[in-house]
Amino acid sequence: MKDEVTREERIDNLKGMGCSRKRVEDARFTQGKGNYVDDIKLDGMLFGDFVRTPYAHARIVSINTEEAMKVPGVLAVLTAADLEPLGLHWMPTLAGDKQMVLADGKVLFQGQEVAFVVAEDRYAAADGIELVEVEYEELPVIVDPFEALQSDVVLREDLVGDGGTLPDGAHGPRKHHNHIFTWEAGDKDPTAEVIAEADVVAEESMYYHRTHPCPLETCGCVASMDKVNGKLTLWGTFQAPHAIRTVVSLISGIEEHNIRVISPDIGGGFGNKVGAYPGYVCSVVASIVTGKPVKWIEDRMDNLMTTAFARDYHMTGKIAATKEGKITALQCHVTADHGGFDACADPTKFPAGFMNICTGSYDIPTAYLEVDGVYTNKAPGGVSYRCSFRVTEAVYFIERMIEVLAIELNMDAAELRRINFIKKEQFPYKAALGWEYDSGDYHTAWDKALKAVDYDGLRAEQAQRVADFKAGKTRSLMGIGLSFFTEIVGAGPVKNCDILGLGMFDSCEIRIHPTGSAIARLGTISQGQGHATTFAQILASEIGLPADSITIEEGDTDTAPYGLGTYGSRSTPVAGAATAMAGRKIRAKAQMIAAYLLEVHDNDVEFDVDRFVVKGAPEQFKTMKEIAFAAYNQAIPGIEPGLEAVSYYDPPNMTYPFGAYVCVMDIDVDTGVPDIRRFYALDDCGTRINPMIIEGQVHGGLTEALAVSLGQEIAYDDMGNVKTGTLMDFFLPTAWEVPNYETDHTVTPSPHHPIGAKGVGESPHVGGVPCFSNAVQDAFRPFGNRHTNMPHDHWRIWKTAHDLGLHD
Amino acid sequence: MSRKMHITMTVNGKEEEFLAEPRELLIYTLRERLNITGPHIGCETSHCGACTVTIGGKSVKACTMFVAQADGADITTIEGIGGPDDLHPLQTAFKEHHGLQCGYCTPGMITRATKLLEENPNPTEEEIRFGMAGNLCRCTGYQNIVKSIQAAAAEMAAAKEAAE
Repeated sequence: MKDEVTREERIDNLKGMGCSRKRVEDARFTQGKGNYVDDIKLDGMLFGDFVRTPYAHARIVSINTEEAMKVPGVLAVLTAADLEPLGLHWMPTLAGDKQMVLADGKVLFQGQEVAFVVAEDRYAAADGIELVEVEYEELPVIVDPFEALQSDVVLREDLVGDGGTLPDGAHGPRKHHNHIFTWEAGDKDPTAEVIAEADVVAEESMYYHRTHPCPLETCGCVASMDKVNGKLTLWGTFQAPHAIRTVVSLISGIEEHNIRVISPDIGGGFGNKVGAYPGYVCSVVASIVTGKPVKWIEDRMDNLMTTAFARDYHMTGKIAATKEGKITALQCHVTADHGGFDACADPTKFPAGFMNICTGSYDIPTAYLEVDGVYTNKAPGGVSYRCSFRVTEAVYFIERMIEVLAIELNMDAAELRRINFIKKEQFPYKAALGWEYDSGDYHTAWDKALKAVDYDGLRAEQAQRVADFKAGKTRSLMGIGLSFFTEIVGAGPVKNCDILGLGMFDSCEIRIHPTGSAIARLGTISQGQGHATTFAQILASEIGLPADSITIEEGDTDTAPYGLGTYGSRSTPVAGAATAMAGRKIRAKAQMIAAYLLEVHDNDVEFDVDRFVVKGAPEQFKTMKEIAFAAYNQAIPGIEPGLEAVSYYDPPNMTYPFGAYVCVMDIDVDTGVPDIRRFYALDDCGTRINPMIIEGQVHGGLTEALAVSLGQEIAYDDMGNVKTGTLMDFFLPTAWEVPNYETDHTVTPSPHHPIGAKGVGESPHVGGVPCFSNAVQDAFRPFGNRHTNMPHDHWRIWKTAHDLGLHD
Repeated sequence: MSRKMHITMTVNGKEEEFLAEPRELLIYTLRERLNITGPHIGCETSHCGACTVTIGGKSVKACTMFVAQADGADITTIEGIGGPDDLHPLQTAFKEHHGLQCGYCTPGMITRATKLLEENPNPTEEEIRFGMAGNLCRCTGYQNIVKSIQAAAAEMAAAKEAAE
């Protein structure tokens, strides 16, 4: 047989790994034909919405639903008393705590769900909510975790035993009635000893403020109980549909095969849509009670005030070094504000997530981390906002500590990083706080980044600017923000990572159709990452069928194999690996079919792009398309018909993407307005599947980092009122505030991942936040600034300048 | 419970007539009454622009307009801008230049951009960034949205030149 097409053309035709394939998702989204949860409309569908408390801490004296029930169109008002007989007035959280579904005797944060009004439409529900009369008795409010640990006020009476005893929490002993857990990593005493004897010790306290992922689409669901068949269908904004199915089954008692969870198109997640919320439970109950489908959709205030805050870490650190700047020890203490319930979305054994990656990219021989979780009168959550579990906090901490140490040593911060990086030959590297970094080449990345921005030139320009400022020639300062980050993503190995006891593997199932096209289903769910595009590329390269001939389907638990979902940059590291492994199973069977068709031994054929060829005789081959057809139309001795495979992949380790970022910022000292002149981002995510999508992820993650570092926060007043509950007060950058980013890369493949990929979606956020913050702080370093807390909004930057005497 | 009003409007070239409470917001009229689900709801306070439609030649955020205010209006949504057989250059350019990720802001974004390019067929990057600042995107960082709009502007200019 003769082939007119060159090997290169055959590779191009596949649109496999490494090419910037255009996204298959875009046709429907650009034409307004996406299918998001609020687009779902079912016959007779009702709408549910919540009565929420205006008080942050209060006892509920009474709830009167009589007037609300008179509103035309209102069908039911559920309270905790209605849910109690079903055992659904409380629900388990992902963190081993429990959470009220509807206020059971008291409320613990502003906006907490008190009653669920079910009506024929949104307007009737809103009218009903207005008429539910709730009498509250106000209680003292605590919004400060340090005060909480001293206070006599008990926030969670349900967690205090007889006579005021404190039963252990899910993560061990508790020190105080408002204390949740203490979690440690590393070596306490040896670290303290090294610090006590060190040449130089830099100490700093920093507050990583509370913020929110705020995807453009809020959370919501539609629950439909089919009483005839006993089946519950639940559509929703779920980042982990299978886990939601299991949770719903466990708390409702409905058998898992009778529950179908569907995540339709999701309008961004960023961690907001990982958890299980009262709205889901109430919708399910309301559908069971009314026999009709019930929709619940958060409005923006509900979203910002109640579902899934992120961060809120008060961090204190000590970093020790020799006179030459070689780091010898790191100590970190965190007081973590978890709000009224501990609903953090972390793997079970990690109540502070992977905060113990806080030794960063540096070879630090001794370290100790201690985290205290605390209850306050704030919303529960503690999700990973565009990062793996608590990794933004960890990277911010170490990248600030490095800067503070550089000040202490009077050293250049770029050089201080360089002399402390883990060296290429040290990988796999066992870090002092327990992780084994799989791979890295930090020096190459750092040198490339500094060269790209002409780092020395920037420092010279900055020195000139300071001189000009002091001479009264300018009122603008220049900051050079540096950050080098190592992420830990792809949770994770089942041996140490689970959520509610469910191992954090992921899965892929492939069916090849007779005519050589395919469908693959995964346990993950895209929220904008473009899985339908990139997973098809992985498969195209693995099985030799064009990506354009492969449909990717996710999010329907009736059809997709079980998986733990999409968050913590785990889709590519875990489900991407499952995809490759399932593809290899297909290929193994295809090899046997090809050998049969070519009448040679199995070992005498080899895979080549889109076909199996006879070794040494490339003109004798069978394409994968031909092999697919043969799988369905020929009786091959010893081989079952069909061509399908499934893989459940339990990763042997996490992956460790890294990157080097530089931000150049001009700051108007008199207005506090920063102008981001340049942002350079080098990412190493291992093997690159689709460069276009990687670049898009980097742009997006950096913009969310810009938001968090320069203004975005969930702020409370002393009464526990949320001060930033709308997009008027909660900063989401517009096109006007956002710069153009320069992206770059190095490639250090993961040694344990089947295709060497590490994940990238969260890296730019993790590395970006300290980079923007360091730029602001660096601008003021020549005037004595050591550390100021984020968010660096115009007012706070102005205040920093003012406090340093720059307005005198 | 207010009295219902008799409303007529044209949406994507189609006449619509119905009774509605005056307090009904236009976004719900479109999405729930008329099943036009391209425009989305992101904030209900006019900040995010996911609900952007065109009314009488102006970009309007449908989440903060009462249906009573839209009585008699001529409304265009993303569904009226282009479909599988007649894609608007902006729809093509957003795909070509990766100007979207989750897609939630995209209908409003493209709808707004059609007006921007109508008013200013050859905008600078600064004019695009300023003209699009009423539409929030959480995924893309805007860089590729700007690129998409620039590409569509060039494409439309070339098509216009070819036609002349």
